[in-house]
Amino acid sequence: MLEARNLTIKYGHRTAVDNVSLSLEPGVLTAVIGPNGAGKSTLLRSLNGSLIPNSGTILLNDKPLGKLSRRTVAKQITVVAQEAELRFPITVFEYVLGGRFVWANSTTWGWESERDLQVAEGVLEETELHELSGRMMNELSGGERQRAVLARALATEAPILLLDEPTANLDLSHQAALLGLVRERCNSRKSSALIITHDINLAAQFADVILLLRAGQVVKAGTTQQVLVPDLLREVFSVDVLVDAHPISGVPRVTPVH
Amino acid sequence: MTSSQQANQNRVTLRRTIITLLVLVAALVIVVGGAALLGSERLPVSNSLCALTTLGTRQCGLTSDHFDILFQIRLPRILLAAAVGGSLATAGASYQALLRNPLAEPYLLGVSNGAAVGTMLALLFFGSLEWSRPLMAFAGALVATLAVYRLARGRVGATPERLILAGVIVTTFLSSIIVFVTTMMDATRIRSFTFWLLGDLSGANTGLLPVPIAVAVVGAIILTLNARSLNLLMLGERDAFDLGVEVGRVRMAVFLIASLLVGSSVAASGSVGYVGLVVPHLTRLSVGSDNRISIPSATLGGALFVIIADTIARTVIAPRELPVGAITALIGAPLFIYLLKRV
Repeated sequence: MLEARNLTIKYGHRTAVDNVSLSLEPGVLTAVIGPNGAGKSTLLRSLNGSLIPNSGTILLNDKPLGKLSRRTVAKQITVVAQEAELRFPITVFEYVLGGRFVWANSTTWGWESERDLQVAEGVLEETELHELSGRMMNELSGGERQRAVLARALATEAPILLLDEPTANLDLSHQAALLGLVRERCNSRKSSALIITHDINLAAQFADVILLLRAGQVVKAGTTQQVLVPDLLREVFSVDVLVDAHPISGVPRVTPVH
Repeated sequence: MTSSQQANQNRVTLRRTIITLLVLVAALVIVVGGAALLGSERLPVSNSLCALTTLGTRQCGLTSDHFDILFQIRLPRILLAAAVGGSLATAGASYQALLRNPLAEPYLLGVSNGAAVGTMLALLFFGSLEWSRPLMAFAGALVATLAVYRLARGRVGATPERLILAGVIVTTFLSSIIVFVTTMMDATRIRSFTFWLLGDLSGANTGLLPVPIAVAVVGAIILTLNARSLNLLMLGERDAFDLGVEVGRVRMAVFLIASLLVGSSVAASGSVGYVGLVVPHLTRLSVGSDNRISIPSATLGGALFVIIADTIARTVIAPRELPVGAITALIGAPLFIYLLKRV
């Protein structure tokens, strides 16, 4: 379990994250929504230790995050971010195997074990990339690369997933497939996930908890029904919205009104 | 066979790495033997090979002059060439992985010049202490490395262009120091000094020969042990951090070991340029970019490359010699232009 208490993160004088507390429980999918510049990515970056907060504490299974080794943290927390530009050729399969780094040990002389290969093949199947596994990463489309980034993160088998706009480059069917995959991990393996997204309806469909951020502060945290209400959304996004029920699933559906 | 099984088969494995390295070691043995036979003085082939295979414990019918040429002149020089080539290529390959930049190279980054300034200062101030040269060269290389790294790091990280520019700045700054120090020397020393600066392996037979050899072997092993971390660093520092790499520790290890490699080879032979560019590029082309295979292959490939370059340097206009750095730059500079156009 990952728990953040009273996090404050500043860039110079600007406060990006302001006294935010949250906890990621096993089996729970949390979506973070909010306008651009609300501090969503900064918050996510601090949760795996890549950004050190100015104040506040982050506890991973009740231990302070800063006291744990990178390897320990990476076995528990995995991040799906926008992929960095690649300058050296690498196949999709090798890229995904990168997720097995933390599991390297001396019995295989630091080389991938049979299990590492099995896990990699498994996540390539799950992300529908197995047909492309021999291709070079730079030959893939933006959406395929994004799935490879997710596949690598899943290959770590870390129970806590932090995803920063994982659906940004994906087409309609793969958006749902990706979030479905994360949802499935939460259900079957009791993983916990935090997803930053601009797609409120996708969040409503898959998330258990929604965290609404504005200017670094939590405006509201709760279930989709509690957070996705017109007054709150109008206030935070400065746009009129219509909220009705999705005709099939019944979850709130948000439509901007002009 | 599924496509992922196929991808799996093309992957770099321990077995493939060992086979590749054994082939390179065999090639190295052959090239060392061949280079020992070539030179301005013609040596009897079978007797020399016999003496070489006994590692100089038997004379095998060689005259004592020939025996001395083989074991006192040629072999130390070949071993130094191997150590220098291996060191520079290993340093180049690891800089490239760490800085995510196929153009990173000790000579172009100014690291070699840093080591050269260190060596010169050691000669000026502690001339009688042989050991001060590799030590000061190491210090100079480390300072230059850190300076380039700081200069190249902008708000968005180090782009390839920025890194090369930072290298140019550091190189020219250090060159002016070198010129300044050189002018304070007397005329006869200036000539041998200029030769040394361009990369010169003729000073091989000293008590310090084991230093660059040991540094090359140990350095290559340590960097190869960090190869899997470097594989992830090649994808970006943030990715590597997220996936569990102790980025700061690996970066420091690479800077230290690479500086040691460059320092020990520059102290022994001056700045042999472009080895760290040409060799890792060729090894990545032939064995792939997985550092577990490409770093040790670069070590052996670098040794081969500089032995061959030096054999050319001392035979084309025999009995006179070219500095080996002139040969490596002749091959390396066009390749650099080609790579620059592709990045």
